[in-house]
Amino acid sequence: MSSIEERVKKIIIEQLGVTEAQVTNDASFVDDLGADSLDTVELVMALEEEFECEIPDEDAEKITTVQGAIDYVTAHLG
Amino acid sequence: MGKRRVVVTGLGIVSPVGNSVAAAWDTILAGCSGIAPITHFDVSAFSVRFGGSVRDFDIERYMPAKEAKKMDVFIHYAIAAAVDAFRDSGLEVTEANADRIGVSVGSGIGGLPGIEEAHSGYMKSGPRKISPFFVPRNIINMASGQISILLGMKGPNYAIVTACSTGTHCIGDAARMIAYGDADAMLAGGAEMATCPTGLGGFAAMRALSQRNDDPQHASRPWDRDRDGFVLADGAGVLMLEEYEHALARGARIYAELVGFGMTADAYHMTSPAEDGDGARRCMLKALRDAGLNAEQIDYINAHGTSTPAGDGIESRAIKQALGDYAYKVAVSSTKSMTGHLLGAAGGVEAVFSVLAIRDQVAPPTINLDNPSEGCDLDYVPHTARSMKIDVVMSNSFGFGGTNGTLVFRKLA
Repeated sequence: MSSIEERVKKIIIEQLGVTEAQVTNDASFVDDLGADSLDTVELVMALEEEFECEIPDEDAEKITTVQGAIDYVTAHLG
Repeated sequence: MGKRRVVVTGLGIVSPVGNSVAAAWDTILAGCSGIAPITHFDVSAFSVRFGGSVRDFDIERYMPAKEAKKMDVFIHYAIAAAVDAFRDSGLEVTEANADRIGVSVGSGIGGLPGIEEAHSGYMKSGPRKISPFFVPRNIINMASGQISILLGMKGPNYAIVTACSTGTHCIGDAARMIAYGDADAMLAGGAEMATCPTGLGGFAAMRALSQRNDDPQHASRPWDRDRDGFVLADGAGVLMLEEYEHALARGARIYAELVGFGMTADAYHMTSPAEDGDGARRCMLKALRDAGLNAEQIDYINAHGTSTPAGDGIESRAIKQALGDYAYKVAVSSTKSMTGHLLGAAGGVEAVFSVLAIRDQVAPPTINLDNPSEGCDLDYVPHTARSMKIDVVMSNSFGFGGTNGTLVFRKLA
């Protein structure tokens, strides 16, 4: 079983079409990984699917970096 | 002020007979069918199990997979044909001319596979599973939009939607944008990929499709007495249209001049063409009038010729009414005998073939025409391509809703 961090990064790589090296923990989806507003919505949907949870819109808006996604999933799965 | 002349300076195609202009034209002139069993979804429960699918197509030749997944397949085909036509023309988009170059690539149906997929997801998992890309992925004018984004073309950007007349109407209307002075160059044509469960099932339910499942390559047989419907096909055909002096000034290769365009409505029935062929007749005459040509100047007609029992006979009647006795002297063929019917893309790919007929002085054949049915007594160029003098070509498209379109291309004098 992969760690949460690995699973989150794998989804980001798939969804945004970026390389593993680009997905550093402090990378911003929009500023560093080339995502637009639609990409970030779809990325959150992919996280919901992977971790079988529902992320409310007000929380989703705050997930803007790789670390933010890891932290959110860790906190809400724990 | 005289009318600005419009010429063709680039061609692009994605089709069941090939994904490059050279490959598709070779297949057409060899009289080979691109029709085969459908393999990309389970068709075992369908009454029709074959079609004209695009094979060996790789969108990553044109854009990264990450971008491509945001578009339904008809847009992939549109982009490939448009980029090929653009490159073929040698035109360059600059800051200075971007505003003068536009795009009009339509589709008859648009992102039906994407609509199906999203609806299935909704039924399974509810509204939260609808992707934010669902709408922009599937709407018809996004083909023209994506092409403009990719190539930086900032002129008129739109898409005409007229069922199986779409490609022809997009090309004819784009030429008028140039003639009227709104643009100096336009990428224009049609794209389609509706071979999905509801697309195939919908046309099959109309009994519009051939059911020759055991012999797909002989299913599209325009004007033949054993024809039993059209063959659903996918792809795209796009022309680079350009104002004549503009093309001349940059030393562009000019394939042909687009000299005439006509449009009419049958005002008769949702899907059946008017029995007397009146809508098609008036359409051809309007295009000829626009071109300032007489019927006797036409050398070749790329017919709509879908292989439906009703449509083929009516088009033949309309050609006779429009051209009089000369109808028996003109070469008429249906390249749909080889490609199947690409719906909104048909007018696009057939415009490409019409232009190539002028370039190479050869009329493509109508394959599978073994026994012409009663009343189908024109020269349909059966079985094999024919080398002949071709100065003027007419291309017909007729669509559901009773909408008609005709283009006239002429060899540059």
